[in-house]
Amino acid sequence: MSTQVETRPEAGTEPGAVRAVADHLRGYWAEVRSGEVGALPAVAGIIALCVFFGISQPVFLSVGNLANLFGQGAAVACIAMGLVFVLVIGEIDLSAGFASGVCAAVMAVILTNWGMPWPLAIGAAIATGVVIGLLLGTLVVKLGIPSFVVTLAAFLAFQGIVLMILEEGSNITIHNETVKAVAGGNLERWQGWTLLVLTIAAYAALQLNRWRRRVARSLVHEPLAVVAARILALAALLTATVFLLNLERSANPQIISLTGVPVVVALLGAFFAIWTFVLHRTRFGRHLYAVGGNAEAAVRAGVNVDRVRIAAFVICSGMAAIGGIVAASRAASVDPNTGGSNVLLLSVGAAVIGGASLFGGKGTVRAALLGGAVVAIINNGMGLMGLSAGVRFGVTGAVLLLAAGVDAMSRGRGKLFGRH
Amino acid sequence: MLLELNGLSKRFGPVEVLSDVDLAIDAGEVCALVGDNGAGKSTLVKCVAGIHGIDGGAISVDGEARTISGPRDAAALGIEVVYQDLALCDNLDVVENLFLGREKVHGLILDEDSMEQLAAETLSSLAVRTIRNLRQPVASLSGGQRQTVAIAKAVLWNSRLVILDEPTAALGVAQTRQVLELIRRLADQGLAVLYISHNLNDVFAVADRIAALYLGRMAAVLDAADATQSQVVELITSGRSGSLGLGADTNGART
Repeated sequence: MSTQVETRPEAGTEPGAVRAVADHLRGYWAEVRSGEVGALPAVAGIIALCVFFGISQPVFLSVGNLANLFGQGAAVACIAMGLVFVLVIGEIDLSAGFASGVCAAVMAVILTNWGMPWPLAIGAAIATGVVIGLLLGTLVVKLGIPSFVVTLAAFLAFQGIVLMILEEGSNITIHNETVKAVAGGNLERWQGWTLLVLTIAAYAALQLNRWRRRVARSLVHEPLAVVAARILALAALLTATVFLLNLERSANPQIISLTGVPVVVALLGAFFAIWTFVLHRTRFGRHLYAVGGNAEAAVRAGVNVDRVRIAAFVICSGMAAIGGIVAASRAASVDPNTGGSNVLLLSVGAAVIGGASLFGGKGTVRAALLGGAVVAIINNGMGLMGLSAGVRFGVTGAVLLLAAGVDAMSRGRGKLFGRH
Repeated sequence: MLLELNGLSKRFGPVEVLSDVDLAIDAGEVCALVGDNGAGKSTLVKCVAGIHGIDGGAISVDGEARTISGPRDAAALGIEVVYQDLALCDNLDVVENLFLGREKVHGLILDEDSMEQLAAETLSSLAVRTIRNLRQPVASLSGGQRQTVAIAKAVLWNSRLVILDEPTAALGVAQTRQVLELIRRLADQGLAVLYISHNLNDVFAVADRIAALYLGRMAAVLDAADATQSQVVELITSGRSGSLGLGADTNGART
């Protein structure tokens, strides 16, 4: 008998290998049909938007605009990555936007007003985020106040705290070059290439090693061709990106040269790797999903649910602090509107568009990045088309609604077709 | 005796849900716990599992008095519970559910391969043939498959006492028979099984002894071989049957 999907011993021979790949694709398609759409809608959205804006505004596809997109989307993507943790446990953090504003203001005051060194300022900003997360998480978990209410209150309060830190709305300029480089700087060409090679090598090693281990233990494994295709696809995508970003993108190269991978891309990549590892490879990550899927089951299994939930809020506010630092770096200043207006809504939208579920139990860091890309592309492209802010808000809202609709429907499909 | 409850009582506010309950279960036997809705069966289970604290009496394991103040304590004593509502996470796959709360790790990193292998071995030791893909989310499984996962989760840990709360309530005829066979196999492998059910046919099919709760009190504990269905029905509905049951000491002279 076997409790496993059969693994064909002859998978190395030509017809066997083809059949294995075909089986794999069929399995994937069955998953999609049963509602496990994953990143598919976001990827399709990115491609459709790029085609649309590329045709209507050719400048959209320029190298300069590509680099620009990363800068515009980075702060929202950081906040969205943190929000994924809170969404996975089935909660919400409406204060993440202004939390990023508070942290940015703390950094600006320490850096500019007090003239302290940048590591201290950035450290203080992140520590502020962690404390905010501890506070929110404790209120939600220990007092049992719904996260919607706690973070709505915090949303209002943090707005006030930003005003107080900035002394009734003055604007603090950031002069420190290191901090400004977070969102404005570029890596040297060779640094970009080195990073690329290291990333691809690490990804390939992880994938191949995992495949080899599973084969050795005769566990269910993907056909080698599928693993190889995935590695090659990632390598091609990243190589193209680094190649394009290493091209000269300055309007007047004689006056100022502008090349290289933006620092913020490396930053996003690093956080993506760290948080993906935490979510999918650690016990804590597993418990986050369990709490979001069935908190009662997690309690009975002996999971310390309170600690897991508080930690999710800490990570969310901590990443909001990073988002605030990136936003402040990009603007080279902090004002009362940093982290305000639509930052929070775009961040929640990014996570949901990417595939995180507002019902809890589902969501990945990749979702936050892909969704963040969709949001950034919409804003960037519509800006290039000269559409008003009003139209942009309307379209972003419609896309968010669409994503939430896909989420709700995929849940329905899972229920309808999944159980038999 | 593997597990002994002496004078166990539990109150929720002014309501006494369990009062002065005695019960003993030995290794290798299936003890059925029967009783009407509200008789306190689920509360009894939760007291043994460490979900509820107890307000009086004692729980002893291997003759030694123990305080069970959480699911981890119960698990450390070899007590595992399969709840009526299964306590599975729909969004996690079969392996992830089996190891929830007790994941195997290499340092920081989850050891997925070992867990998957152990899961496959456990399922095959229970002669489970119905679950083919261990990496599918539990949401996509049928009721019988979910029950199987829940039971496998309980026996994965070298447990000594498995408590099953209405495991066959939602199952069809064939799946019920499979689960009953599984229960019998657990006892034959030397585990103690406390089996809670409303269905007396199932109870008589699998149990060695039958304990009947009536309004939070233990009406009687019978050997299944000596008991009749009508006796058990009377114990469930009125707490007494002939010379057996509550108040039988004072009124016993009648018969």
